[in-house]
Parts: sequence; structure tokens; C-alpha cells
Amino acid sequence: MRKLACEHFQIRRTPTPTKRSEGGGERGWSIIFHSQNLHFEYVRYNESEENTLALSDVNIHINQGEFVAILGHNGSGKSTLARHLNALLAPTSGTLWVQGMDTEDPNNTWPIRQMAGMVFQNPDNQLVATIVEEDVAFGPENLGVPSAEIRQRVDNALQTVRMSEYAQSSPHQLSGGQKQRIAIAGILAMGPDCIVLDEPTAMLDPSGRQEVMDTILQLNNEKHITVILITHFMEEAVKAKRVIVMDKGAVVMDGIPREIFKQVDKMKDLGLDVPSATGLANVLRKRGIPIQEDVLTDEEFIQSILNHVKEYHDSKN
Amino acid sequence: MTAKIEIENLSHIYDEKTPFARVALDDINFSIQTGEFLGVIGHTGSGKSTFIQHLNGLLKPTSGRILLDGHDIHSDKSLLKSVRQRIGLVFQYPEHQLFESTIYGDVAFGPTNMDLSADEVDARVKDALQLVGLSEDVYEKSPFELSGGQKRRAAIAGVLAMKPEVLILDEPTAGLDPVGKDAILNQIAEMHKVVGNTIILVSHNMEDVSRLADRIVVMAKSKIILSGIPTEVFSQPERLTAVGLAAPPIATLMDLLRKKGLNLPSGIFTIETAADALEGIIG
Repeated sequence: MRKLACEHFQIRRTPTPTKRSEGGGERGWSIIFHSQNLHFEYVRYNESEENTLALSDVNIHINQGEFVAILGHNGSGKSTLARHLNALLAPTSGTLWVQGMDTEDPNNTWPIRQMAGMVFQNPDNQLVATIVEEDVAFGPENLGVPSAEIRQRVDNALQTVRMSEYAQSSPHQLSGGQKQRIAIAGILAMGPDCIVLDEPTAMLDPSGRQEVMDTILQLNNEKHITVILITHFMEEAVKAKRVIVMDKGAVVMDGIPREIFKQVDKMKDLGLDVPSATGLANVLRKRGIPIQEDVLTDEEFIQSILNHVKEYHDSKN
Repeated sequence: MTAKIEIENLSHIYDEKTPFARVALDDINFSIQTGEFLGVIGHTGSGKSTFIQHLNGLLKPTSGRILLDGHDIHSDKSLLKSVRQRIGLVFQYPEHQLFESTIYGDVAFGPTNMDLSADEVDARVKDALQLVGLSEDVYEKSPFELSGGQKRRAAIAGVLAMKPEVLILDEPTAGLDPVGKDAILNQIAEMHKVVGNTIILVSHNMEDVSRLADRIVVMAKSKIILSGIPTEVFSQPERLTAVGLAAPPIATLMDLLRKKGLNLPSGIFTIETAADALEGIIG
């Protein structure tokens, strides 16, 4: 059944090759998340009130190896969607397949959670053990992995997030950014294909945010793990390869960051921000200064300004 | 202006006289003026939470003194309760501390414990909820029925209802989207204008601090390493990066443009002022 569903997806969308070869053998070409007419309602227990429609007709395809940022204001449905991706919630109607496994089938719940791990916002709520390496080992232990292999997985995971030297530390001695990296290591030790991060940097300071973002990018670039990042920080979304914007439970924009962020006014209408350089370029264009429309970074902005200054001076001479 | 809170030689050591002893505050001297809006920034572990918890007597100095209107807050234990009413502290994620079955009841909890008349409590609850922008239709709702941003505002109202002379907010916008964030900050700024109380805002968001605060304190390694008006503090980007902080994104961008030879004035933190300055040069 699982295999059939996978084959079915390959017909529906041009596949991209996954570079990931270690672990699960030949994975071939794959779509990792696929949803069809996904709806979800939070049921009110007070019968006089209507249920809240949190997801409305969501159709997404996410390929293995993608780095997708999900944006949307509070209450737009992005966390609800994230909770569907690893079967913490099941659709009210419609279907979501994770590597071909229907999330509604309880038999799929554990395989799905093993391959799509989740990191949450609060670094203090996710670590369960009193020693860092025991915390990282918690996942694989529960999977029944042999102990020699657990050792190997924990060491590798800690090395990947650059926290090996803290293996024997107690989580409460770590900074917020370090705790989040341990949470990520705990998921890596389960050998996932995908990590879903729900505002992992919201409670961190700038340097902690940077640590976590560096780790996420490394996982995607080097380990080819699919990353789904929910964030309110536009500077982080810019680093993704694809941005999905949600509003009122529906996907309203989907594209590469440059195409999404240049629609400054639309983003503002959706209650979202754009990177500062993009916002400034937009204001200058509105005042008649022809700055490049789709600048994303400070460097691009500066280049565009310098080009303009040069033209300005050339035209004067 | 007169000093509202004076901090004299304040040091705090956690787990003193144990092998885990750690200096969290190291000989801090600082005055907070009546009616000022002070921003406190610093990376995690810099001591800022320890610092603000001293201001209303939640933590006791290992050495040094905190003076509120010239009186040592630890001179008399019976004073501490009133100190905590006069200096309101809104913790991070205050919505986790809502506990009553209705919003009204939750906001009323503080003033009810202050020996006020029922009418006064009622008036204060309504004023406080209005100040944070929550309307009458939420009064009888359960906290569980509100959105994250609304819960946060209700929790702030619970502290405001005690009419504190000093309001300390620890990361009041963490985890909110841009709209929810601006709504809360604008209401805090508006309230500051109307009520004229002293506000201390702890934040990682340099843009917000630069926009709202009269004066900024930068903490690192248990000390205050920098203080002054936003223009002064953010014109020293190297000192900020050295302690894991960054100037507001626009200030950083302006700084890079200056290095490329553009003649831009200092003190630019917002998109609008940046656009004005750039328009002046190349428009």
C-alpha cells in the first residue's frame, strides 16, 4: 500500500532526486509530504459555539530535501499544519500522506513520527533527561535500537549540532540556543528524513538564533534532511529555498523567497513583515527612486543603491 | 527628573558558598528616573532577568542596595508587599500565569488583594483592560477562549490593575507575530504617554527598543557595559556584536552604506528615517 501511494505521487509531480543515500538504502525519488483537500476543525465543547476551522483545503507537495519556511500571523493555521505533518493531529477531512503513509491510519503514527521529528518553541519544555547524552538517547531507546548503535547515533547527533563537549552536562546549565540544539540532536538520533521546527528561535537571543539557524542550514545542506521551519523572523525565512504563506487556514502564497518578499504590500496585508532591506527598497521605490524591486539582503540593497548613485552622478556629469 | 529607583553596588551570587556559586550581577550602580522609558538589552545569561527581579524585591542582593524613592526596599520586611504593588513585573510568557476562570476575575485578583473598595477594583479592572485594548465582550470569557496575543494582553492588564508606579516588562512580545507585537508595543507606548509611569522594557528586539526607549542599558557578563540614548548605544555596533547583540537591522544597513562612502547621519533605526536620509542624497 505504502509503495503504491509513493508511485502514485511520482506521476503527479515532477520528482527531484534525493541526494540522501546513507541509512534506509535506496530511497529513489520522492515526495515527502503530500496533502489533498486537507481540512481541520478544532471542536468546541460548548455546543452553542461554532467549531474553529483551522485548516481549509490545504493542498501541498513537499519534496525530500527541501527547506520550506512557513509564515503566517498568529492563528493562521501554520502550527496546526505542522502538527499534521508528524501525525500529532489527523485531518477532519481530506488526506495527508507522509512518504506515502496516510496520517489517519494509527498503524502509521510511529513510523511517521520517527521520520518526521518535531522541535517546539520553548527550550525548557523539551528536554526530559538530567544528562544531555541521555536526553539525546531517549528517542532511539524507545525505538528499541541496540545499545551499541544508540551510542553511535548519540555521538553523531551531538557532533552534528556541535555539542559533543556538553554530552555529560546537565540541560539546565545550557543556554537557550544550546538547549534547542540538543532538542534537534534528540531528533537526529532517531534517523529522521525530515525535521519540523515550530518557531524554534522565538525565545532565543540573537546569538542563540544564529546557532540554531546555522544548525538547520547544515542539516539541510549537508545531511539533506528536509526542513520545515515555522517562523516569525523574516531574516530566517529568506534562508529557506521555498516559502509558504498561510492565512485563515489556507495556503495563500507559495514560492521562492525572492518572489514572495517582493510583494511587500500583500505581505503587510497578511500581517507579516519583510526583511528590512526589502522593506526599505519598497519605500524608496514608492518615492520614485528606482531601486531593484526584489532585493532580499543588505548586500543586494547596497549594490543596488551604489549602482543608482553611480548612474545619478554619471547623468550629472 | 528625580531618581525613582537607585541601584547601589548591587551584586548577586547564585548558590553562594557552594561549588556551584555563580556571579550573576557584579557591582551594578545605576539610577532609573521617574517617568522614563528604559530599555534593557543583553544576551541570554547576561544577568538581565536577575537584575529586574531585584528591582521589586523578588531576589535579595548578595550585597548592595535597591532604593525606591530613596528607601531601601529590604530595610523592613513588611514593606516588600507594597514594593511589589508599586513595581509591577510582567514575566516572560505571562499568559502561562492566568489562572482564574474568567478574564475579569484574573485581572481583578491583584487589586482585590490590595484592600480597595469593590467599586475601585471594578474601575481598575475596566481601565486596565481598556489600556491593553481588550473590550467588554472578553470580560466573562475563559482565558482558554482567547488568542495568544489577547491572553498576553490580559496578563499585562492584571499587573496594570495594581496601578504600579513602575512597570517592568520582560520580553512582552516574544512569540507574537508582527501585528500582535506592534499592537502590544503601541499600547504600552500609548499608556506611558497617558499615565506617565516609569517603564522598563527587557527585549531582544533592538528595533523595538530603539523606537520606544528614552534610554538603553546594555548588559553583558553580569555588568552594565553600555548605557545612553538609543543613538549613542547603537552607534557602537562593534561593542554590541562583541557581546552577542546587534544594532537594529536598519542601523546595521546604514552603517554598511556609510562604509561604502555614503554620507548618512547617525541615529537612523527605522525604514522611514532611512528612506528620508537616502532620498536626501540620491532622490
